[in-house]
Amino acid sequence: MSLITASGLCKKYQSGDITVEAIKDATFTIEQGSFVAFVGPSGSGKSTLLNMVGCLDTPSCGNLKVLDTDVSTLSQKEAAIFRGKNIGFVFQDFNLIPVLSAYENIEYPLIMVQDWPAEKRHARVMELLEAVGMADQAQKQPGQLSGGQKQRVAVARALVTQSQLVLADEPTANLDSNTAHKVIDLMKEMREKFGTTFIFSTHDAKVMAEAEITFTLVDGEIVNKSKEGAHV
Amino acid sequence: MFNILKLAAKNLMRYRRRTILTSLLITIGIVAVLMFIALSGSFRALMIGQITDSVLGHIQVHKKGYVASIDSLPLTLNMNQKMASNVTEFLDADENIEAWSNRIKFGAMFSNFTETTSIRLNAVDPEKEVATCPLLSGRIIEGQKEGALIEPGKILIPELIAKGLKIKVGDAIVLVATNKDGSVNGNTFVVKGVLEGISGPGGRDGYMHINDARSLLRMSDDEVSEVAIRLKNPEKMQQTFKQMDKYFSEFLNQKGKPVFEVHTWDKLSPFSNIAKMIDMLDVFIKVMLVSIVLISIMNVMLMAVYERIREIGTIAAIGTVPSRILSLFIAEGLLLGILGTVIGTLVSLTTIYIMNKITITFSFGRQENLLLEPSISVMEVLVICSVVILVSVLASLQPAWKASRMDPITALRHF
Repeated sequence: MSLITASGLCKKYQSGDITVEAIKDATFTIEQGSFVAFVGPSGSGKSTLLNMVGCLDTPSCGNLKVLDTDVSTLSQKEAAIFRGKNIGFVFQDFNLIPVLSAYENIEYPLIMVQDWPAEKRHARVMELLEAVGMADQAQKQPGQLSGGQKQRVAVARALVTQSQLVLADEPTANLDSNTAHKVIDLMKEMREKFGTTFIFSTHDAKVMAEAEITFTLVDGEIVNKSKEGAHV
Repeated sequence: MFNILKLAAKNLMRYRRRTILTSLLITIGIVAVLMFIALSGSFRALMIGQITDSVLGHIQVHKKGYVASIDSLPLTLNMNQKMASNVTEFLDADENIEAWSNRIKFGAMFSNFTETTSIRLNAVDPEKEVATCPLLSGRIIEGQKEGALIEPGKILIPELIAKGLKIKVGDAIVLVATNKDGSVNGNTFVVKGVLEGISGPGGRDGYMHINDARSLLRMSDDEVSEVAIRLKNPEKMQQTFKQMDKYFSEFLNQKGKPVFEVHTWDKLSPFSNIAKMIDMLDVFIKVMLVSIVLISIMNVMLMAVYERIREIGTIAAIGTVPSRILSLFIAEGLLLGILGTVIGTLVSLTTIYIMNKITITFSFGRQENLLLEPSISVMEVLVICSVVILVSVLASLQPAWKASRMDPITALRHF
């Protein structure tokens, strides 16, 4: 079953008198449980595409269905509820809440987004901390963690709500290559463990090689789709 | 809700110094307001008590036109016996009235046989006067305070005349007065005591027995200049006044005009203007407090929103609905308000307790050693605390609204 179906998707911005087409006629499908990369140089439209898939932005034209829901017509509140229920996010700068410990950062969506009861919350957070190998760092604040550790916590936070889809915008851009590989490996491991679909954007050739399916974007157009090295 | 408050508390502690400074500002505001209310309330109550309980009573009834001419103490505007009876019959039947006292007020020449001066006199029934103005006996600074306030043939003279004419208790003096027909009469009296002067009308008057005044003024009728009234519950003064005013307004003369006039103490004493000024200052300082809380919390919350734009973008992106983001920032303002209010209230109540323990006295006009007993009602404290907390929430609304409406993409791109 397709998790995401996009056809004729476009995104236009108005920059003064000029209309900028950030995404042009993008058509693609992504199956459940895939490990997908949007790749391309800076300004190619990777983040814009991820934002639309993540219901943070709406397409200017075309159709976009995520989990059988037409996300292009959702209001701000409906989009927030949809994201909270179905989508996890991993950011380039980790975006952990600095006043909360690693444990509390992972717990945050269960309190503020999904209203889990306390006992269930604790079990779920501990499960994720164990899964990302951060159980012994649970009480540390983000300021006391390394970049790689922060991104592990961010991955755990994205998965804690049992979301079916995790979107990661340049998740390895602020990490050294060794740590970057570890984070990608962790994401793959989590995909295996929880069956979650991962879509990430990158312009790092080594990292994009880790993806099972790669969509290459140039100037807002998907110019290539490859499956584990083979063009499709 | 508890989790939102917990998170809000953590966010406040992120900028510890700013939180402490803002709370301190609110604390200072609360202390200023509560202390001002407690002190001004004590001063106000003390002065009103002095005026009503030793001179004026709570309400007075006169013949129409008397108060307008009160400076000249016109005997021609006295109530006749029938009018006075109408008043006292009503007062005896009204359960709100604790006591009343008929008075004849007049001016006379006062002589110690070598020097002469003028004097204003209240001629009273001693028992009724003490029941109406229970603090009057306490103003006797020389002479016997115990027993009857004044006996026939004796006089209580004001402190200023006693000092000016070097008169002592037991000295004989002469009073010469003109009655309403213009005939002059004089009598000798013995000084029974010297009265401490107090601020306000009647505060420097002498006192004598009402029968002596009738004799001196050769009154054939039991005339009365005024009836002073003491209420059982002064809090109900306006309500009682309205009932009395309505009742006495129905007594009309042949021209169809009212024959009586009824006044509450504050319409007779200039101190009521000071009391009004205190009330105005009360309002002013409360407005200041509200402004301090409003501006300081709004400023802090606007800064908090501005500094946490990316964080707001993050929590919005992961699915926090706008109403939750709104609640989070309102909770921060609420906690700031509660923190400042609790500390401010504790500091104020402790200070009021200590001030009552160490007994502070002050002087007002010619009155010295007035005991300052600051106090504040629980209701007043609750109202002020509630207002401050409510204003804290209102001040957070705009920044919180701004945060909740932020576009996640724009917020995430913010540096």
